[in-house]
Amino acid sequence: MFALADHRIHLNDEPLPRDVNALEALALLKRGVACRPPVCGAVYGTLLNDRGSLEALGAAVHEAPYKAPPAAPILYVKPRNSLAGHRSSVVVPDDSGIQVGGSLGIVIGRTASRVNIGEAYDYVAGYTIVGDLSVPHVSVYRPSVRLRARDGFCVIGPLLVASRHVKDPDSVSISVSVNGIQVSSSTTATAVRSVAKLLSDVTDFMTLVPGDVITMGVPYGSPTVGPGDEASITIDNWAPLSMSFVSKTEHAGEAR
Amino acid sequence: MKRGRVAYKGAIHEAYPDEIGVRLSDGRVCREEDVVWLAPIEVGTIVALGLNYAEHAKELAFSKQEEPLVFLKGPGTVIGHRGVTRRPSDVKFMHYECELAVVIGRSAEEVTRDHAMDYVAGYMVANDYAIRDYLENYYRPNLRVKNRDGGTVLGPWFVDASDVPDVTQLDLRTYVNGTLQQKGNTRDLVTDIPALIEYLSSFMTLAPGDVILTGTPDGVVNVNVGDEVVCEIDGLGRLINVIASDAEFGRV
Repeated sequence: MFALADHRIHLNDEPLPRDVNALEALALLKRGVACRPPVCGAVYGTLLNDRGSLEALGAAVHEAPYKAPPAAPILYVKPRNSLAGHRSSVVVPDDSGIQVGGSLGIVIGRTASRVNIGEAYDYVAGYTIVGDLSVPHVSVYRPSVRLRARDGFCVIGPLLVASRHVKDPDSVSISVSVNGIQVSSSTTATAVRSVAKLLSDVTDFMTLVPGDVITMGVPYGSPTVGPGDEASITIDNWAPLSMSFVSKTEHAGEAR
Repeated sequence: MKRGRVAYKGAIHEAYPDEIGVRLSDGRVCREEDVVWLAPIEVGTIVALGLNYAEHAKELAFSKQEEPLVFLKGPGTVIGHRGVTRRPSDVKFMHYECELAVVIGRSAEEVTRDHAMDYVAGYMVANDYAIRDYLENYYRPNLRVKNRDGGTVLGPWFVDASDVPDVTQLDLRTYVNGTLQQKGNTRDLVTDIPALIEYLSSFMTLAPGDVILTGTPDGVVNVNVGDEVVCEIDGLGRLINVIASDAEFGRV
């Protein structure tokens, strides 16, 4: 069973998640604690759902290899090895760095199959921040498992915010800071598919179950970071999601 | 050893082959048709390979690949032996794909091919359906083609790796309504199992229960509502599936 009353947070050193109010959540986070992802299901990313990303492809969508603009939602799986929580440390595989995509994560509360657009919000338990990481890549023709599904490449949290606290998920602002400086800001208002439309279109062919997460997609122009950088992602006035980046050699020296 | 998972009289049971059908872990023996077959294991991450048999790649007109064509699937696609898979009424080309499913048994991180087989717990027969009408050239094959509810049939058995003498010499066969339509052998894998485990574990830690669907040989044909599709792999079993209509799913 999946139920959420207020704000869910799962501290790293506690066996079970807590369900607390906003003030208690902030007080916990002020201690500088690391967290596990506040969700338990499958995580799906959505490609090219930000109008800017689609516009950046421009006329290329009509040419090889794409040949036509996307018709149905284009999704990808962020598998369990990729899931990580607030204040996690992520290994940068090589000199191309890591692109930090900040996205709104929609967390499912009820089994969602063939959802009507007008009832879509009934299936949403809440929302969370997803740091959807990838090795930068230009072509989106072939699935990018080696680039998107690496260990620790899907940082989620710190909070799962109950949907009643989020008045309009189609107009939240998302900002990404690197080393304390804001480098990207976007909004879900420029999405190709709204939250309700995305849930309706996706659940026509695949059922989502309680605890699953589907992202609204990362904005165009997400920053690229390297070893030694720290990034944080904020949605509206929610507690930010932080992560740091290390090289492979630094990581090898750490206790796992 | 062969193990299945079945639902029978209000509970889920481990089940084993028996002369008259299946034997449950509590000793009851049932006919195969009297139990509901679930996937033999609770799957973790599902990794699937495209174009991993040379002849099938040729069939679909693809040239040599630089790295394995890998995509991931969610848990909602999985169903068991004797299940049904829906064929939307508006499509022209839906096809089965008989595949050897490799099940990981130990956490695998940066494993070299020489040691890769130590990380394999066992094998299953998989039938991984695709609907070509929905193909789009973004992260192709896109999830609408390959991640549909009920589109990945697994079973009937999970077979221990130690019971498969040579996994590189297994015949795969698919019959549609009794007619042999697809035939291949695991010796023709473009990227073999040890190389796949080495490749995948170089960037993602594989965990017990993760499944690698190793791709399908040539010989795919369209299937229609009511067709019985049987996928068979030497020593692993016969996996039965029937194609269902939109109407059976309450879709008009």
